[in-house]
Amino acid sequence: MSPDAAGHGQAPGAGAGHAAYPPLQVTSPTFVGMPKFPKAARAELANAQQRRNLRHATHTIRDKRAQVVAEVDDWEALRVKGADAKDEALTHLADYLERLEERLTANGAVVHWARDAAEANRIVVDIVRSKEVQEVVKVKSMVTQEIELNEALEAAGVSAWETDLAELIVQLGHDRPSHILVPAIHRNRKEIRDIFLREMGQVGRPAPDDLTDDPARLAEAARLHLREKFMRARVAISGANFAVADSGTLVVVESEGNGRMCLTLPETLISVVGIEKVLPTWDDLSAMLQLLPRSSTGERMNPYTTMWTGVHEGDGPQEVHVVLLDNGRSHVLADRLGRQALRCIRCSACLNVCPVYERTGGHAYGSVYPGPIGAVLNPQLRGTASDIDRSLPYASSLCGACFDACPVRINIPELLVELRGKAVEESGPTPESAAMKAAAWVLSDPRRLATAQKAATIAGRLTRGRTIRSVPGLGAWTNARDLPSPPTETFRQWWVREHRNEDS
Amino acid sequence: MSARDEILSRVRDAVADVTTPPRAGTVVSSSAGAAGSGDRAEGPARDETLVLFAENVADYRATVLRTTGEKVPGVLADVLVGLGCRSVVVPTGLDPAWLSRLPDTVTTLAESEATSHRQLDAVDAVVTASSVAIAVTGTIVLDHDTGQGRRELTLVPDTHVCVVAEGDVVHDVSDAVARLRPGPGSARPLTWISGPSATSDIELQRVEGVHGPRTLVVVIVADPPVPGGATSHAAAVGEGGH
Repeated sequence: MSPDAAGHGQAPGAGAGHAAYPPLQVTSPTFVGMPKFPKAARAELANAQQRRNLRHATHTIRDKRAQVVAEVDDWEALRVKGADAKDEALTHLADYLERLEERLTANGAVVHWARDAAEANRIVVDIVRSKEVQEVVKVKSMVTQEIELNEALEAAGVSAWETDLAELIVQLGHDRPSHILVPAIHRNRKEIRDIFLREMGQVGRPAPDDLTDDPARLAEAARLHLREKFMRARVAISGANFAVADSGTLVVVESEGNGRMCLTLPETLISVVGIEKVLPTWDDLSAMLQLLPRSSTGERMNPYTTMWTGVHEGDGPQEVHVVLLDNGRSHVLADRLGRQALRCIRCSACLNVCPVYERTGGHAYGSVYPGPIGAVLNPQLRGTASDIDRSLPYASSLCGACFDACPVRINIPELLVELRGKAVEESGPTPESAAMKAAAWVLSDPRRLATAQKAATIAGRLTRGRTIRSVPGLGAWTNARDLPSPPTETFRQWWVREHRNEDS
Repeated sequence: MSARDEILSRVRDAVADVTTPPRAGTVVSSSAGAAGSGDRAEGPARDETLVLFAENVADYRATVLRTTGEKVPGVLADVLVGLGCRSVVVPTGLDPAWLSRLPDTVTTLAESEATSHRQLDAVDAVVTASSVAIAVTGTIVLDHDTGQGRRELTLVPDTHVCVVAEGDVVHDVSDAVARLRPGPGSARPLTWISGPSATSDIELQRVEGVHGPRTLVVVIVADPPVPGGATSHAAAVGEGGH
């Protein structure tokens, strides 16, 4: 059993009989003690190179997305279909999970259940150990990052090789992913070349000495470096984009072919799948396979999609394990409004359109799930006990672009506002809430407003046009909001002065 | 309580507010025809679908050739020789006529004899049939049945030449999903392929060819002419950008 998350609230739906494992996800070691978002963001904003890389990347990909979405006759109907399929699965999750397990088992897979990250890691490490291997190859997977599986394997003396090009860049650079789809988005080609030249030789086939920063040459270096690992690997680890309950089929969507290599060549395949990945029926794949590629990479279809149903005799891994993981998801599910966040198919469209993400990058969010979806998902999965999780609902201008881009219609702005309300309630009365109450009192009466405006002009004369960066007692609120100096005259005063002689 | 029972109990409690029964419940599979519309359009719509398919495959920088059944052996020989391939792995059950025109300079390896990954890594190309193709997305789908080989055959060699019968080209993703719906106890592995392997991980610049085959050639074969009817596509036409 994992350590108890002391101080964390109980999920609303969880009764007294379910105190056995914490409802909330325990923050993984990497992100423990992360400063709150504004502080982390300030450090990231100072990195001009990263900001240029991010701006270029997010704008390129959002333009591509807009083009291919416009090609679809009724994109909105598809979005509704996708959201409905996910809602159906989520609101009857136990039924569909049981069905999935039954179909997987009937097709020769071994199904495991993991309450939290520690349990999932223990299951995977045990399987890997039983195979007596020193290394595994991995398909890019958000959920295995979430549970920090690589670290658990490393602790068990097993090297986990990331095989997605961007994940390889991140791993070789001893770095953290900063984007769901393109985790090395914060790196440019020169930095990547330097990482490859420096690091590849340490862990396998070195990069060629004459490596340039041409992306084609860099991809070629990755191909050669990883091929020897694919050829000899006996165990692979993946996630899954979708798990179809009525057929027992798992789906991995990818571009490079590293996924196919991992899902096909090794003898043993272990897939870690969040319980929210379930789709009720095979036909639900139709909407999903249209929504995901267009939203994610901005393509009509991604280069490769692999679907497998347990063990296929004589083709691919002959030992197939599936680890179904909760890790806080059932807690999110218990919130009637918040559960829509579990529809997320990790396309990253919301990151690419977000003005906040574009400037800060993914690292400031203190989680493997950055951007708008991270700002709503992390505080729900992990609770709001930490500085970073309490501040994430504020990492947004509430412009609404994320909702418009979301292929499964997650109303992220609505959730952000809801979570802000909760964060304020939990933290009790603050100078900010007092100021807001005072503002409400003033604005509700014209005479009070006029008096306040006159008072402001006096303040304006005192500050004389200087920008106000902070107000004593309202530090937290005003630090992130610069305020122009109040005018020395109100609009009403100006009107009266200008029009004094016009009445006659 | 086991982890399984605990998780199931948690997710049940979490949605205690939901009173509607599950849509699909524990029914085996939804009825056929739930998805799919333009599957077998005839006449001009059918031709448009085929043209769209060829365009979209080419758009993903695969080479597209259109030909007729009797010309397939010649076209395949030309393609493989033209690409400089000197060895080709042959899936079990591939139409033997297709590779009957290969010159002696190209050696063939039967699927059953390719027993290791390394052996496949030394082979230049693979020729396969396909199961379904999707016009709107330029996708070919392999179900790895007869003539398509087990999955690694179309993954490890650097060139994949895929023969698509016109009759297998459907209009949209929903048509393909409907066609590929597995029957009870007969699920096959599926590989959906849309162009050669690619990455955009470095500054979002697309690079063709990472781990999967870097060269993809799609040969579209016209349906056999209807007796007494006119044939629509005679000779090999159109080649995608490469």
